[in-house]
Amino acid sequence: MKYLRQFLIILAVSLIGEILKAVLPLPIPASIYGMVLMFILLLTGVIKLGQVRETGRFLIEIMPVMFIPAGVGLMSSWNVLQPVLLPVSVITVITIFTVMGATGLISQTIIKMDGKESK
Amino acid sequence: MTEFMQNSAYAGVTISLISYALGSWLKKKFGFGFFNPLLISIVVTILVLVSCNVSYETYNEGAKYLSWLLTPSTVCLAIPLYEEWELLKKNAKAVILGVFSGVITSLITVFVLSKMMGLSHENYVTLLPKSITTAIGMGVSEELGGYVTITVAVIVITGVIGNILGEFICKIFRIHEPISKGLALGTAAHAIGTAKAMELGDVEGAMSSLSIAVAGVFTVVLASLFASFM
Repeated sequence: MKYLRQFLIILAVSLIGEILKAVLPLPIPASIYGMVLMFILLLTGVIKLGQVRETGRFLIEIMPVMFIPAGVGLMSSWNVLQPVLLPVSVITVITIFTVMGATGLISQTIIKMDGKESK
Repeated sequence: MTEFMQNSAYAGVTISLISYALGSWLKKKFGFGFFNPLLISIVVTILVLVSCNVSYETYNEGAKYLSWLLTPSTVCLAIPLYEEWELLKKNAKAVILGVFSGVITSLITVFVLSKMMGLSHENYVTLLPKSITTAIGMGVSEELGGYVTITVAVIVITGVIGNILGEFICKIFRIHEPISKGLALGTAAHAIGTAKAMELGDVEGAMSSLSIAVAGVFTVVLASLFASFM
């Protein structure tokens, strides 16, 4: 019963996210509205951590599995992808390196600078 | 057997889950990044479907319930975020500037490489939202007039590669700070990268799920600007 109740709360927040997406004209998906809303509800104490924690942890743990269908969808978009496969692959791989490098190094430098200041 | 496969709503998903479990087992046994359960599952599932002549539509009859769980699960990413809130507040500057520079870098890299390789405007805008979460990325690509199916494919591939190479890339750039590792994974490889960050630790995971949302919003704002460059 505990898990069912937790899942119900999570679904209710997802539903409100869906409603917000339908009402607001921004290109933001329901899940992100829901995530922000869930965060606010936890922060304000409307939802207690214990009311969602276990089911939430479980869903996060099995999350990679939920991307399998999208990945398998490659088989149906293959004919559109094939003519631009080489440039697209090159861009895809290089971008991962540049983005991770930039984000990681800049945030790390800031953390180190702030650490020195406070000492 | 083949005929049965072509009509079953469960066979495809079962194969996906078995190959995922197999991938997890291989990874545990050999601890090698290439044995990524997600990648193995995608490849095995496609091979089985193609060799049994099963259409994606048939497969998706069962598999759509896996995708259905994605929205409530993304909502749950708020939980680790809440649990690490104090840490996050303390490092707000690093989070915002780090993710912002990552988003700008992503857009610039795509722009420069697309220009160099002479891609069409449509292909260029298709790739612009490649680093962010599928749900937002699809919206951006559609808005800008890109090929949404390719955007989805590229986003997934980006996530999988980020998931596989993430630890290695952190090593090359000497990113040791758990906060920075999380931010880098989430900004470069969205939710699939976050799955990796969750494995590394709670701090990494929370920072990574935070950066999915922040990077998504920055990209929504900046992508339309970049779309006008080419």
